[in-house]
Amino acid sequence: MSDQERVLKFQIFRYNPLKKGDKPRMVTYEVTEAPGMTIFIALNDIREQQDPSIQFDFVCRAGICGSCAMVVNGQPTLACRTLTSLYEDGEIKLLPLPGFELIGDLSVNTGKFMRAMSERVESWIHDTRADDVNYEKLEERMDPDVADEIYELERCVECGCCVSACATKRMRPDFLSAVGFMRLARFALDPRDKRTDDEFYEIMGDDDGVFGCMTLLGCEDYCPKDLPHQTQIAYLRRKMVLIR
Amino acid sequence: MKVIYTDSLVIGGGLAGLRVAIAAMQRGYDTIILSLVPAKRSHSAAAQGGMQASLGATIKGEGDDEEIHFADTVKGSDWGCDQDVARMFVNTSPKAIRQLSAWGVPWSRVRRGDREVVINGEKVIITEKDEAHGLITARDFGGTKKWRTCYTSDGAGHTMLYAMDNKAIQMGIPIHERKEAIALIHEDGVCHGAIVRDLISGELIAYVAKATTIATGGYGRLYSITTNAIISEGIGNAIALETGIAALGNMEAVQFHPTAIVPVGILTTEGCRGDGGLLLDKDGYRFMPDYEPGKKELASRDVVSRRMTEHMRKGKGVPSRYGDHLWLDITLLGRKHIEKNLREVKEICEYFLGIDPVEEYIPVRPTQHYSMGGIRTKPTGESPTLKGLFSAGEAACWDMHGFNRLGGNSVAETVVAGMIVGEFVADYCAANALNVSTSTIQRFMKQEEKKITDLLVRDFGENPFQLKAEMQKIMMDKVGIFRNGEDLSQAVEELKVLNRRAKKIALRNRISSSNPELVEAIRVPKMIKLAQCVAYGALLRTESRGAHAREDFPERNDRDWLKRTLTTWKDDSADMPEVFYEDLDVMKMEMPPGSRGYGVDNTVHHPDTVKRELEIEEIKKANPGADRFELQELLNPIPIPEKFKGKNERIGRGFK
Ligand SMILES: Cc1cc2nc3c(=O)[nH]c(=O)nc-3n(C[C@H](O)[C@H](O)[C@H](O)COP(=O)(O)OP(=O)(O)OC[C@H]3O[C@@H](n4cnc5c(N)ncnc54)[C@H](O)[C@@H]3O)c2cc1C
Ligand code: SF4
Ligand code: SF4
Ligand code: FES
Repeated sequence: MSDQERVLKFQIFRYNPLKKGDKPRMVTYEVTEAPGMTIFIALNDIREQQDPSIQFDFVCRAGICGSCAMVVNGQPTLACRTLTSLYEDGEIKLLPLPGFELIGDLSVNTGKFMRAMSERVESWIHDTRADDVNYEKLEERMDPDVADEIYELERCVECGCCVSACATKRMRPDFLSAVGFMRLARFALDPRDKRTDDEFYEIMGDDDGVFGCMTLLGCEDYCPKDLPHQTQIAYLRRKMVLIR
Repeated sequence: MKVIYTDSLVIGGGLAGLRVAIAAMQRGYDTIILSLVPAKRSHSAAAQGGMQASLGATIKGEGDDEEIHFADTVKGSDWGCDQDVARMFVNTSPKAIRQLSAWGVPWSRVRRGDREVVINGEKVIITEKDEAHGLITARDFGGTKKWRTCYTSDGAGHTMLYAMDNKAIQMGIPIHERKEAIALIHEDGVCHGAIVRDLISGELIAYVAKATTIATGGYGRLYSITTNAIISEGIGNAIALETGIAALGNMEAVQFHPTAIVPVGILTTEGCRGDGGLLLDKDGYRFMPDYEPGKKELASRDVVSRRMTEHMRKGKGVPSRYGDHLWLDITLLGRKHIEKNLREVKEICEYFLGIDPVEEYIPVRPTQHYSMGGIRTKPTGESPTLKGLFSAGEAACWDMHGFNRLGGNSVAETVVAGMIVGEFVADYCAANALNVSTSTIQRFMKQEEKKITDLLVRDFGENPFQLKAEMQKIMMDKVGIFRNGEDLSQAVEELKVLNRRAKKIALRNRISSSNPELVEAIRVPKMIKLAQCVAYGALLRTESRGAHAREDFPERNDRDWLKRTLTTWKDDSADMPEVFYEDLDVMKMEMPPGSRGYGVDNTVHHPDTVKRELEIEEIKKANPGADRFELQELLNPIPIPEKFKGKNERIGRGFK
């Protein structure tokens, strides 16, 4: 935390598609930096002091919920945990996350995309007996290492950074994307999910699935939770190649 | 007028709301969930520490069962809770966690053999049993006799919420995101749904339902510094209050968590201390054993927060430009442990403080954290006064937490209440027809439309952001950890003025669609009302109980205050709520009031306490052969739904 006061220059994408006649544009706002200031704090300051109409999404403001991904000086990231002090020249350019429906300004509809993704990959345990389990009895045992490994893949917060950083997604609008692959890898690893490889193939065995991926790994570079995209995509691909 | 009909309307897509919706759907009722944000972004995701369930699989949980969990919970509540509800809760929690396990939560598991842990500042080796291998493990948390808090590394809430939302998606439950309930529709003491604003288009929609459940989480954002998400603004509580019929319970019961980082107030989980972390003062001295030689850093939350504040008042805090703070030291846990089980804490320290907690101490201070108060319900989850209105989770005062909730008992409450209340919601849907006139719906719609139009046409007036900041400051400075009559009276008066000012909000950005200033203008007057309920309730309660600590009335006074505060707001033009009380009946308590075992016991006892203790002795004597289940039945027969009545199995003891 530095003590010297400086004036930050924010260039922010503004456009409200619901407002008649509104056009996309960049607007500059100046904010006096405070120690420990994050982009979350700065944007709220702008909203409260300068322009109450500016739209953006924060929920946890602690890097946990995945609401606030946006493009900060060219890089998709979680804005709430990004300190303004990281930017030496004090110039910060904010754009909404590409690849998602724009709600307005910096707010995009990642929720809609992620629900569709979950439905597409059937993001739940497939086990016909799961609803008849007797919960009075001891739970089914699980190897402690397997439990830990599943958690490692489940740490995704559905922020959408990987989607926005993916070149294939830009060319193929229906491309499942890294977030979908990660979810599939998570369930493929889980002994409670009884889906067969064939069933997984049905979901991802085409060019909109894992065969479309060019492994340029924008996803791995920008995932704020540092999920192991490279190894998991490789794993899924090997698994799928073995099938047909 | 756009109207959407359903059987069960659930306002809130966090753990509690999702679980209620699942229950009603499983029983075949149409269900719609409303949420401000995508369900998986609800604040439940932020719970890092874990969920309490007395599985007793880890060796340090051996011997644990419902009785011990019950006793911890009642003590933790400072006898302010509803013991019927606490009982239902502890009996159901093991089932809830096992169900979540089948639905996909990758709970951390017991690993057989030796492992090193830190207890009371020392490294010790514990040996897990062979037969426990692969069962759900648990960690230590404050105010509990056993290691009972089950977890998933550092992401319990995240994995629970993901599993729950995935289940809802699997069942095809519609979740209408970016929707805000701004008023309840009701007539003749029956609730029929809500008026809802679409946060993108600005359109108002009437959701009409047989049963309406409010599961909107806590009201932490009444305070300027809180661990809560920025959407934890209590709007669900406020719309219930604004009916004038539903009551809010124990609104003054507000918990402060000992360890949020300074200055931003982001939480570092209780797991830090549960796993062996220590609190140090400016001299690097471990002070908690001086105050609480028994539980030390792991005394109940309210106790630790007060002790820290006391210690800082003695000049032992670390000065900083943001005021004094103390240190949380987890360096002794080692890199491996921190990077696995406390990784979220590590990330938070790195990103927000620029420090590595493996090497450096974390600056912490007690910070607003949890709302024990909320919509008063019966054990079924239904409002006793407004039929068809249910509530569950942090938004509710179902009342298993009384005046202080234990860490790990809250996410546990959300899922357990979701299961139990969900069944009663389904019962209600079965027994009642959708029966409301269009003119009633229209009346509520018009009323909300008018409020919004008024806001959009007013030329001059108050700034909603400013009003909110003023309210938050009053709450922080005058209705905080330690309270006193003088500050509280001032807070009550100042909030009254804010209430009046909030009737004259004017906007700079006058459009009805997606408009953050309008959102604020709709919420702030509601939030001020809630703040008034908290401050006024705190002023009137002239005793100290759990998290409500009055410097001018330091003793817990069972004689005069063994009662629940109820608050209503009957007349919308009034500038103060009405407060009344509901007695807790000692003669029905399974566990009559006693000492929590912290500091000196200066309780003013209730005349019935001794009577009830004797009665319990008699009952025990008269039934010498009764096992713990039969005894509980005799002392505290409770209305648990049939589905969840069964006994819970544990290793080494079966169903005993
Ligand atoms: C940082 C932190 C850590 C925690 N850690 C733990 C822990 O380790 N263990 C533990 O037991 N407890 C913990 N808690 C407490 C626990 O997480 C919460 O009490 C619990 O998750 C609340 O769940 P809920 O379902 O009641 O509400 P929430 O998860 O807060 O969900 C509220 C929902 O209501 C919706 N909503 C709100 N208002 C409206 C409206 N007007 N209209 C429509 N929708 C609305 C929101 O969009 C959201 O979906 C923690 C709390 C915090 C703040
Ligand atoms: S590796 Fe490249 S193409 Fe494949 S998902 Fe990641 S970003 Fe997209
Ligand atoms: S995989 Fe990473 S980048 Fe992609 S949505 Fe999940 S957390 Fe975000
Ligand atoms: S607001 Fe939750 S991750 Fe940024």
